[in-house]
Amino acid sequence: MLKQKTEPRRRRKRTAADILVSVALLFCALICLVPILNTIAISFSDRTSAAMGEVSFWPVNFNLGSYKAIMEERQFGQSFKISAIRVVLGTSINMLLSILMAYPLSKSPRFFKSKRIYMWFVVFTMMFSGGLVPTFMVVRNLGIMDTLWALVLPTAVPVFNVILLMNFFKNIPGSLEEAAFVDGASPWYILWKIYIPLSKAALATITLFAVVTHWNSFFDGKIYINSLDKLPLQTYIQSLSAVLDPTAMATMSPEEIKEKLAMSSLTFNSAKVMVSMLPILVIYPFLQKYFVTGIVMGAVKE
Amino acid sequence: MYNKKNARYYHAMMLPGVIFLIIFSVVPMFGIVMAFQNFVPAKGLFGSQFVGLANFKRLFMLPDFWRILENTLVIAVSKIILGTLAAIVFAILLNECNNVMYKRFIQTAVYLPHFLSWVILAVMFSNIFSYTGIVNQLVTACGGEPTMFMISNTWFRPIIIGTEVWKEFGYNAVIYVAAMTGIDPTLYEAADIDGANRWKRIWHITLPGILPTIILMSTLNMGQVLNAGFDQVFNMYSPLVYQTGDIIDTYVYRTGLVNIQYSFATAVGLFKSIIGFTLLASAYKLADKFCGYRIF
Repeated sequence: MLKQKTEPRRRRKRTAADILVSVALLFCALICLVPILNTIAISFSDRTSAAMGEVSFWPVNFNLGSYKAIMEERQFGQSFKISAIRVVLGTSINMLLSILMAYPLSKSPRFFKSKRIYMWFVVFTMMFSGGLVPTFMVVRNLGIMDTLWALVLPTAVPVFNVILLMNFFKNIPGSLEEAAFVDGASPWYILWKIYIPLSKAALATITLFAVVTHWNSFFDGKIYINSLDKLPLQTYIQSLSAVLDPTAMATMSPEEIKEKLAMSSLTFNSAKVMVSMLPILVIYPFLQKYFVTGIVMGAVKE
Repeated sequence: MYNKKNARYYHAMMLPGVIFLIIFSVVPMFGIVMAFQNFVPAKGLFGSQFVGLANFKRLFMLPDFWRILENTLVIAVSKIILGTLAAIVFAILLNECNNVMYKRFIQTAVYLPHFLSWVILAVMFSNIFSYTGIVNQLVTACGGEPTMFMISNTWFRPIIIGTEVWKEFGYNAVIYVAAMTGIDPTLYEAADIDGANRWKRIWHITLPGILPTIILMSTLNMGQVLNAGFDQVFNMYSPLVYQTGDIIDTYVYRTGLVNIQYSFATAVGLFKSIIGFTLLASAYKLADKFCGYRIF
């Protein structure tokens, strides 16, 4: 894993330039937090103050009304549950298939003659796609429309993650494997007893990537799911911002839209957004620990 | 030592993944035939009327198409250029800071937006840019007139480009920060002894040190010039800004799945897939040739 340098490169007195750098960095960090802080403030404010535009970074007339309303709303809880199930199921499938594919692909063609063909096949599916409509048709013809399978099976093989893991496996010394072969171990045994225990950081990275992808995706829920009780959370939240819904807006005049914008429950939607962000915030410390490995693994190789 | 028995295991391990890729990636590629048909679901892929290139002719005749292509290119290219610049500037700032704890804090804040979905961020940004949002509060405080940013054709593209740069600059900087840790520290020491100031160190040591990475990332980004960001645009646009904000992917969605013009939407999608594939393949080829980069 890549470590950031911990010892200061040059020990000098703090100059005006150092302060300027610190201020500029602080500005970058604040810019990134502004939308989040604003949304938190709105979610804890009362409806009228939010609609009147009195809220910036501190709640006005602090109240928990929006959060209480969420607790009482059946659909939000149901969608949260669907998203959680989807993350567990989808990530498990992703991980199983990624591990199984990454190991043979990490072998050199000397040991696995068909490796090149498989590799070209995998990369081709990553670079070229049939497009939205044909993929939609396949899902429909398989009869998995409006089921959880429509959300987890089309993305069952996360090709990018397979390639990351494959590159990680390649760096594991081949001598370990040879020794195990001499002792009569099968590739199956070697994968589970040698490769997986040695790849914990890489596996953590791609697990987190898969979790974030599944939690955040909304579009497949929008096109494949019709029943409300199977609607994932992000799709549900997307459907709430009816103000920005093109089909609804097409029939409105700018004045009507302006009015709608002011009327929509800013505080309630903001609170929903905050709650739907929570799982990401909970795993964020782990994400931060591992994703640098992932990026460097993907871009810089031997 | 090639071993037939082991190879059998390898094939068995590949099988489940390959089956899924065949079903959900390869089979849809055959669906491309729809682009050359007047596809009617009831008649199926084999019974529908073959119309040759009629769908493509219609596409290129459509005034909308050139506008959508322009929107896609302008948004995607601006995102790439500004995104790369912002990431490099941020990486340099981070590299110039010697306080480890402070750096950690900054990184924690800056990487966060990357992991949030556009659904969530679209709600946040529509709050911020709304008629009564904080941007308009600021405008009013400075004596200006409030604007409906999200439905303004003047502002929509800058907002799309700006919020994408905002979301990804920290994450994109990681690769440059990693490249900077590879620069030989003695170079900086030598420069200090020679009395080089901060600008000179950045200009003559840091930037040349990460130049290979900049070239590599820019080359790979070439493959993305038709990807203007479906999730983002879809969650932030509205019919009022189609003129400046409608992109190929959103157009395909609306014609195909909302207006049920399967064949025409497949044709538009195929147009994008072919150009996208060519660009991506050339990008990888160039990256391999000039930077020795290979995906596998």
